[in-house]
This record gives sequence, structure tokens and C-alpha cells, in this order.
Amino acid sequence: MGKRMGMEVAMAVAEAVGLCNIDMAAVYPITPQSHIAEHLSDLVANGEIDAEFVTVESEHSAMSAVIGASGTGARSYTATSSQGLMLMHELLPIASAMRLPICMAIANRAVSGPLNILNDHTDIMPQRDSGWISMFVENGQEAIDMSIIAFKIAEHKDVMLPVNINIDGFQLTHMVEPFEMPTQEEVNQFLPPFVPHATLHPAKPVTMGAFAMSDYFAEIMKAKDEALKNSKKVILDVWDDWAKIFGRTYKPVETYMADDAEILMLTMGSMGETAQVAIDELRAKGIKAGLVKLRLWRPFPLEEIKAVLKNTKKLIVTDRAISFGGPGGPVFSEIKSALYAEAQRPLIYNYIYGLGGRDVPVPDFVGMFEKVLADTAGKLADSYEFWGVRE
Amino acid sequence: MNIVENFDLFAPRLINKKELLSSGHRACSGCAEVLAVRLMAKALGENTVIASATGCMEIVSSMFPTTAWEVPWIHVAFENTAAVASGVEAGLKALRKKGRIDDRYVKVVGMAGDGGTMDIGFQALSGAMERGHDMLFVCFDNEAYMNTGIQRSSGTPMGASTTTAPAGKVSIGQKTWKKNMPEILVAHAIPYVATACPSYPLDFIRKIEKAKSIKGPSYIHCFSVCPTGWRSPSNMAIATGRLAVETGVFPLFEVENGHYHLSPDMPKKLRPIKDYFKGQGRFRHLTADDIEMIQKKVTAEFNKLKEKAKFLKTGNE
Ligand SMILES: Cc1ncc(C[n+]2csc(CCOP(=O)(O)OP(=O)(O)O)c2C)c(N)n1
Ligand code: SF4
Ligand SMILES: [Mg+2]
Repeated sequence: MGKRMGMEVAMAVAEAVGLCNIDMAAVYPITPQSHIAEHLSDLVANGEIDAEFVTVESEHSAMSAVIGASGTGARSYTATSSQGLMLMHELLPIASAMRLPICMAIANRAVSGPLNILNDHTDIMPQRDSGWISMFVENGQEAIDMSIIAFKIAEHKDVMLPVNINIDGFQLTHMVEPFEMPTQEEVNQFLPPFVPHATLHPAKPVTMGAFAMSDYFAEIMKAKDEALKNSKKVILDVWDDWAKIFGRTYKPVETYMADDAEILMLTMGSMGETAQVAIDELRAKGIKAGLVKLRLWRPFPLEEIKAVLKNTKKLIVTDRAISFGGPGGPVFSEIKSALYAEAQRPLIYNYIYGLGGRDVPVPDFVGMFEKVLADTAGKLADSYEFWGVRE
Repeated sequence: MNIVENFDLFAPRLINKKELLSSGHRACSGCAEVLAVRLMAKALGENTVIASATGCMEIVSSMFPTTAWEVPWIHVAFENTAAVASGVEAGLKALRKKGRIDDRYVKVVGMAGDGGTMDIGFQALSGAMERGHDMLFVCFDNEAYMNTGIQRSSGTPMGASTTTAPAGKVSIGQKTWKKNMPEILVAHAIPYVATACPSYPLDFIRKIEKAKSIKGPSYIHCFSVCPTGWRSPSNMAIATGRLAVETGVFPLFEVENGHYHLSPDMPKKLRPIKDYFKGQGRFRHLTADDIEMIQKKVTAEFNKLKEKAKFLKTGNE
């Protein structure tokens, strides 16, 4: 069994990545991600990781460099936040189209403007359609586990897609938490070496990133979509493998007190833990409230979501981003369209909250439940509201 | 005997016979840029990985599902070639060290047009050179964004007419002087910077070979005549490149560890630039005064270069 210890989560993520025998990393500093970059640099400088650390001059170059390195068959890693992720945006669909198993941590942070360094999900949401496997974690242990698991999923021969792990900036990255750090032997047992199917080497010359016009482009897009959808099976298998060695199980959609719930709330990332406390308070008052935590964002776990939401009468979807001028938050739209064809579907409410690091304490979650419970006629359903925002 | 005049005689003995950029690519007829790329690939040989920017050379050589490339080649985007090449170099280095690939030296080469080098790719190139990757970067300078329809770049020369800096009643076309990219690379204090032109194939090949032998960053700025964009006859590309050199518009030189040398093909006395301008539609609108103004600058720049070659040559410190 791993070592029990306590450490800042960002540093623990770097430690976990250090156990994965990476060959190359390219990371550019940005708050709140920087501690990952700094700690990785330390590990390389002290010979604890045998990898090339490329101190690129931008996030655009960080993603470009990991694409190049991954093309040679090197296990390649990067991490970023907010503006850095936006700068990488152009390259994300290229990485997935090239089927390169790059792994990236995102210390989620609000996107400018105005400039803000604190946590929300406005950085990851615009990357939704880039063809990456995308998941959220709730605490330090999950951040560590998923950082290792990501490589096994990404490099699986039936997947070969990049993976991003979303870790709430500050709220999670800067917390000192207790956790169990896997040992090197355990990680070696779990994670096989990367066997690429084609590499940039003169031993067998290949062309990567060719130019494709209308006669091939659509087929390439379809292939990518199928690859991403099919990756769910591998994700589930790899989580099973993890559970066998480490005893911690993961599911695309996690629930808390949801089985008999009449009203459910859906969260992503670290807010789940606070919402859980609110559920306990509501349950103590006799309200049948429950929680759904969406871990896997892409591929979207359609079946699992439908199954979990089957019996609830009311659903509160929380969003930490907004689609300006659109129907509400991005998660809300997704859930609504997932349930549209269901014969029996709940009234769906949308609260947009926690933007730019705005604190959302337990009473706010209780307040959202109370407001929705009071809406007996369902007048507030199907629309969104900015929670706790001054007019 | 002049080597270039007797190229057919010498070439088979001096140049790698193997085509690493195979025929069947889609470049325009008379394109000197693709000729330069082909010669570069020959000079580099098989133990090479190339990262290419978006642009003419990428489009003409990699139409899926075909490829003209016989060496490993990767294209990712327009502005990031030097960063991609940095990653390729780092990846190969790590894998070789760990014994996961053959233990042989592989040269990593980045290539881009003038736009992909001097404008949008400038930051990535500067970063890669500063970090000291073992990489050759070659700029194939055809003096505009040709792939997208002859728009101006910072490599477009003063007075040239392009689609975004067209000559008009109140405009001479390009209103700015060409960015001096080789000097900017010299300022990065890298071991080797050179200019070259495929109109002087043996000089070009020798420079590529020299850059290949350097363990560290090197840069070659290759003047690449584009008949389509320059509105010049496609059978005149080689002659046009020679005129650019003979008039001093594009002098051939090398800078090794800060020491300047004019290349042997540089004439002792320059021809007037009007000889070079004559055959190109992009300069057709220029008046005698315009040409005079440009001539002054070309002469002054060439004199500066000669001074550097005089005072900054090997053994003169
Ligand atoms: C970010 C981005 N901006 C613009 C383009 C459009 N674009 C593709 S190639 C090109 C011009 C290439 O010019 P250059 O680098 O000089 O190469 P050439 O085609 O002239 O050889 C442009 C503007 C692009 N692909 N990506
Ligand atoms: S437009 Fe110019 S550079 Fe591009 S392929 Fe044609 S001749 Fe060559
Ligand atoms: Mg060009």
C-alpha cells in the first residue's frame, strides 16, 4: 500500500507524474498551475525524474513541444491554467487528431477579462469540443490517482487520445491535504510502458499532420469521434485495474444519497464536497436531497447520466461558466439535451455560481435547494440564474 | 571550371542521389523554394526528422493520403514549428538516453516560410534558439505569404507589390524595409547562421552540411524565388536568385560563432539592382527615383556587411 502523507495538492500531482516514468515535460508558468511546473523542475533537477524538461517560452510552445515529443514516442506531460489553456486552444484538436496520448493537468482558473487568477471552469469549457478525454477531480487523492491513471488511458492502443485532468485552482491545487501516495512498485505494476504505433524516427519514416481536403476530412473527424466515444470502455476498465491495486473505485458519474432522492444537484470538481455537507443538513431536516458528481466530461457519460437521473423530480445543475447569450451554463445545456428524449425527465434548474473564485459556502447550496423546492409550480425551471450576484 | 555552370558534371558525385522529397509534389512549375527544400533534404540525408510550418511547402508535399516525404516529417500548425522541433529533439534525446530507440544521431530540422519564421513564428523560433536545442532551422524566404495568396510579410522587400500592400496611386507597395532576420539570429549568439540560395546549389548544400555537423542551434536563411508570387517567368527562377546575389539584394554569408565570412560566390563588384528588378512584375511600377532610393539602402547594407566581414572575421579579435 502507498505512503500516507500530507502535501500541497499541486506538488503531489507533480510527485504522482514523477512516478510515471515520463520522458518529457514542457510547462509554462501560470498561477495557480505554477507549483506543478516548479515541483516537476525540482524533481528533474534532483534526478528523481529521468526526463527532458523543456522551459518553453509560452503555453502555445508548451503544447507544440509535447506534440513533437509525443510524436517521437516519448511519454509527454504538460500543465496549465486559464490564459495558458486559451493560448493552447489552437493546438488541442490537432493533438487529438494526431492521436497523441499527451497528458495535461489543468488548474482551473477564470479566463480574462477582467483578469482574475481564481477558480472557475471558464477555461476548460471552451475546450470541450477539442477531442480530448476530459475529467474532473474533487480532492487531492483523486488528483493524484487521475494523474497516473491518465497515462494508462491515453496510451491504450484502443484509445490513443490526449487526456486533461481538471483540478480546481487554489481551492484544490493550493490545499495541503492528507492522501495516500502510490509507491513506485505499485505504479510500475499498474502502468505499462508506452508502445506507440508510429513514431518520428528514421528507422521507419512516417508523415504526421498531413493536409486533408474535403475527400478525407469528414472521415477523419468521424474516426476521432468514434475513438473518443469508444474510449469510455477503456476508461472503465482502467479504473477497475486501479481499484484492484489501490482499492479506490472511480465512476464516470458519482452519487451521494441519490438513490431515494426527490431533488438532486449536479456539481463538477471540488464544489462537490461542500454540496455534500449541504445534503447532510437537508437530510437532517427530512428533505430527500441528493448529489450527482459528473467526473467524466468527455466522452460524455450519456447512459450513466440518464440512469442516475431517472427517478428524480427536480434537478439543479450547477455551472461555473456561462455561454454568453445562450441558453445557460454549458453543463446545463448538456444535461438538458441528454434528457430531452426521456419519457420521464425532471424539471431542470440552472445556477451559475463560483465565478472568478467567488466563495460558495454551505448555506448557499442549502439556499439553492430551498429556492427550487419552493418553486412548486415549476416556474423557474428551464432557465438559469447567477447565484449570489449583485444586480 | 565553374562548378555551377558544369553542374550536371559535378552533381552526381557531390550530391546524395537519393530523393528524400520525392517528385509528384504539387509545387508550381519553376518554384525555387521546393528546389531548395529538395536540396536540403539531400544534404541532410536519411537520419533526419523535419518539422514543417503551414505554408506552400507543407501543402504541396503532404496531401493526404499521399506524401512526398521519405524522411520522418511532422506538421502541426503555422507559428509553432520551432517549438514542435524542440519537442522532437527533447523526445529523441530522452528515448535515446533510455535505450528505447536506436543509438544513432538524428538531426532535427525545423522549416518554415518567411511568414512562419519572421512574423507569426518569430517567438517560437527565438525561444528554441535561446534554449539551445540541437536543431537546424531553415527559413525558406519567398518574401510574402504565398500559400494564402501573396500577402505581405516582414520579409517582403521595400517597393514590392503584394495583395495586402499593393502598389497604387498613392502607394509604392511595401512601405517598409525587409526585416534583417539573419542578424536577429546572430544576436541570439548561436554557433552558426548563414544565408543561402538554391541558385548556388553547392554553396547551399555545403552550408546545410555544416549546420548539420553542429551540435546545437543553427539557422539558415534561404532566398527562395517564387515565380507565381513575384510575377516572374517560371524558367527564370534560378537566374533571378543569382541576380539577387549579384546585386547585393541578398548577399551570401556565414556567421560562425560571431565571425562573418562572405561566401565565395559573392562577386567583388555588385551589379545595379535594376538588373534584378527588371524581370519581376512585383517591382514593375517602381519609378527611377524609387529604385534609386532602394539602391542606396542595398549599397549601404552591403557595405555594413563587408565591414563586419572585415573586422569580425576569424583570428581578428
Ligand atoms: C494561425 C494561423 N494564421 C493564419 C494562417 C493562414 N496561413 C497559412 S500559410 C500562411 C502564409 C504562409 O506564408 P509563409 O510562411 O511565408 O510560407 P509560404 O507559403 O510563402 O512558403 C498563412 C497566412 C494559419 N494557417 N494559421
Ligand atoms: S506559390 Fe511560389 S513558393 Fe508556393 S509553390 Fe508556387 S512558386 Fe513555390
Ligand atoms: Mg513566404
